[in-house]
Amino acid sequence: MFFRDRYNLTERDLERYLGEALACGGEYADLYFEYISTSSLSLDESLIKSATQGISVGCGVRVLSGEKTGYAYTDDLAPEKILHAARVAAHIAAGPSEVQSIRVDERAALHNLYPVVGGDDGLSEKLDLMDRADRAARAFDSRIFQVRAGYADEMRHVLIATSDGRVSYDYQPLTRLAVFALAREGNNVQKGMDGGGGRVSLDFFQTVRTPEQFAREAARQAIVQLEAADAPAGEMTVVLGPGWPGILLHEAVGHGLEADFNRKQVSAFSGLLGRQVASPLCTVVDDGTIPGRRGSLNVDDEGNPTSRTVLIEKGILKAYLQDQLSSRILGALPTGNGRRESYQHMPMPRMTNTFMLAGEDAPEDIIQSVDRGLYCATFGGGQVDITSGKFVFSASESYLIEEGRITRPVRNATLIGNGPEVMRKVTRVGHDLKLDQGIGTCGKEGQSVPVGVGIPTIKVEKITVGGVG
Amino acid sequence: MVDLATEIVSRAVRAGATDAECTAVEGQEFSANVRLGEVESLKEAGSKAIGLRVLIGRRSGSSYTSDFSPGGLDRLVDSAVALARITSEDPSAGLPEPEELGAAGEELGLYYEDVAGLSADDKIALARRAERAALDADPRITNSEGGAFNSAWSRRALANSRGFQGEYRRSSCSLSVVPVARSGEEMQRDYWYSLSHSLAALEPPESVGRRAAERALGRLGAVKVETRRVPVVFEPRTARTLLESLFEAVNGDSIYRHASFLAGKLGETIAAPEVTVVDDGTMPGGFGSSPFDDEGVPSRRTLVVESGILRSYLLNSYTARKLGLKTTGNASRGLAGNPGIGPGNFYLLPGPYRPEEILASVGEGLFVTELIGFGVNMVTGDYSRGAAGMWLRDGKPAFPVHEVTIAGNLSQMFRDVEMIGSDLEFRGAIAAPTLKIREMTVGGK
Repeated sequence: MFFRDRYNLTERDLERYLGEALACGGEYADLYFEYISTSSLSLDESLIKSATQGISVGCGVRVLSGEKTGYAYTDDLAPEKILHAARVAAHIAAGPSEVQSIRVDERAALHNLYPVVGGDDGLSEKLDLMDRADRAARAFDSRIFQVRAGYADEMRHVLIATSDGRVSYDYQPLTRLAVFALAREGNNVQKGMDGGGGRVSLDFFQTVRTPEQFAREAARQAIVQLEAADAPAGEMTVVLGPGWPGILLHEAVGHGLEADFNRKQVSAFSGLLGRQVASPLCTVVDDGTIPGRRGSLNVDDEGNPTSRTVLIEKGILKAYLQDQLSSRILGALPTGNGRRESYQHMPMPRMTNTFMLAGEDAPEDIIQSVDRGLYCATFGGGQVDITSGKFVFSASESYLIEEGRITRPVRNATLIGNGPEVMRKVTRVGHDLKLDQGIGTCGKEGQSVPVGVGIPTIKVEKITVGGVG
Repeated sequence: MVDLATEIVSRAVRAGATDAECTAVEGQEFSANVRLGEVESLKEAGSKAIGLRVLIGRRSGSSYTSDFSPGGLDRLVDSAVALARITSEDPSAGLPEPEELGAAGEELGLYYEDVAGLSADDKIALARRAERAALDADPRITNSEGGAFNSAWSRRALANSRGFQGEYRRSSCSLSVVPVARSGEEMQRDYWYSLSHSLAALEPPESVGRRAAERALGRLGAVKVETRRVPVVFEPRTARTLLESLFEAVNGDSIYRHASFLAGKLGETIAAPEVTVVDDGTMPGGFGSSPFDDEGVPSRRTLVVESGILRSYLLNSYTARKLGLKTTGNASRGLAGNPGIGPGNFYLLPGPYRPEEILASVGEGLFVTELIGFGVNMVTGDYSRGAAGMWLRDGKPAFPVHEVTIAGNLSQMFRDVEMIGSDLEFRGAIAAPTLKIREMTVGGK
């Protein structure tokens, strides 16, 4: 076991730390040990301008007392430092210890979703990926004049020990390759971006998705934008292409179904379990158990196995995304969605890979059914106000649909809607479910975690498009 | 801290680096969250980390670690030096020239002891009072995401192989509240906050709470409007996001890559003649103030836009060499990689109008109090974001508006600044007063 070998951490140590954490009467405590080694490279102007490696190590101690949480952490794994953090976190409760003794033992992992790969090797191979991306983007079109490429990986070892006796170890690789391209024609400069990765080893970029594919796609997007006209403004029918546009679900429903917001009754979806919240065509799932995916985990950051949770089934709201605290308070089972950015952060309910199941329609039939509307192929970021339900997401590649055909590209369209309302206006769902390529990062209350999204081609009857005219 | 950084620099030079730069940071954070009067969470901890950048000729490599053990520090030096042997020869790479290094002499007022002196119970009490004021403000405030008190202090040290050594401390504290207002089925939330280097300068908790409640209440009954082109007024909280975009647009990294709509526009008119924008890293008490930047160059005041004319980009030593200019002391970095560009205190100078006068000038238009989404394209200046606020009719607030977009192009929007408020205040390193833009597309029904 990684932490035993490197830091002489034994099960008796874990029991001692957990006992200290509960010394003031807390009901539940957990320890989150984390060791991350990262490496990254970046290419700009055909030069490898930056190469970085780093190590981050620490332990977070959490104590629950009723609905209260005490949290402390240390970046030094010496026993006296961890005991000190445990004492600080313990003070959320005020009383005598109620535990007799804590016995922990390591559980066998339920899932094995990603390969165990080495960390720091393969430097020359990574350099080669950058060069290949640069060459492919520049070769795509002579109007491509700037290319940037970045490669980053992180190898994260985590050990989670809980006062109810569970010990879980996991090794979580995460890699990502991204390419940015700028195209110029006269004074008109436009950008394109593509990338991907996941909990995969380096050979993913040789065999599954090559730097050439990312580079050509980034270049293609930039070139398409050179021709694009201003986006329209006002309410219209919108068709979302498959894959990354699944960010719609992440913003429109995913955040609103996180259990912390619902237990506090501050979400637009609060109190709607069992009610119709989307069109009957919509079944939305959060699944942390898909092998190799960016949002997947063998165990969540509270030591619970990840799972597949049906959030919305045929339009009916079925479940919320739970973490340890919310499931305790709501009397629900944990769904394996307790996640945190690092040992310095408290866990909270977060999405893993969130997507809509495929329907029955052919994508081309969906487009043909639109007389005048917008087709969105790729998006940038999105954001939601979970209380009012208002969400936005910005299309980075979209086209007008005129008389059932995709015609001119348009640029700069932000879409805005109300989550529950928009989900009721989904009138067609394609059979072409696609997951994104593994580049998404979700932010909530200052914490970033990697996530996945996915969607088949869908038609939304009416949503506000925010172009200039 | 600075001694350790200096020691790491000399070890890197002994290991073969021709130049080296080391940053060491340590800090402590505390947060108390209160919800509906009850403590929800308490967090308290400290951490430290160290970052190293080395050059071997014109090749650079970098590394960071939170492991301060002898083995951890050895590995820090070894990996940075090893990486500098595999990166490309970059003619512009390097540290600042020795004569460019130094520290601004003024007393900047960044560190106050009073923040650390407050007990956890007192901090909880402040968060409670702020939330209580919001909950008591109106019966329609029915729920809350809570009140929070956060405090932190940090120490940052920098040393390089060209003789620079420096260290400074910062303290901060903040108080915030997120109330939820309800009317029938409709729920709206908003927030307000106060942020300061010293406890003494923090706004009273009651005023933070009441302001948050007023904002949430003001959103009840919001409707969507017809799509049309109208004047748009940004209150300071939303106007500052336009300045954030302007900062990105004058960032030297975007300029040399031609990835900004302001690339190549030095000396040209880019905004209305009333618009003057300054970046000042030496403003006493400023949230973006520091004695020196993250390369050891003294912080300074730079006139960025003068009466509508673009006078300066914001640069570090690398982007300055790329563009044939001088660094403006805006190097900014975490622990890893090459320095980027960060703001000092970046703000638009206040104008002559009271905010009420600006609102009164609008026959029919939108007053924007909230923006969401990321629809700003820095390459083209294309701008399209989700907005909420108040509809203005005959110079008066008519009804709240939500679920609309506002769209335009930043280069046109800065030229179309028609009125500038006198109400500049800092709630972060970037700030702007109330701004009126002549016309934008409001996308709605």
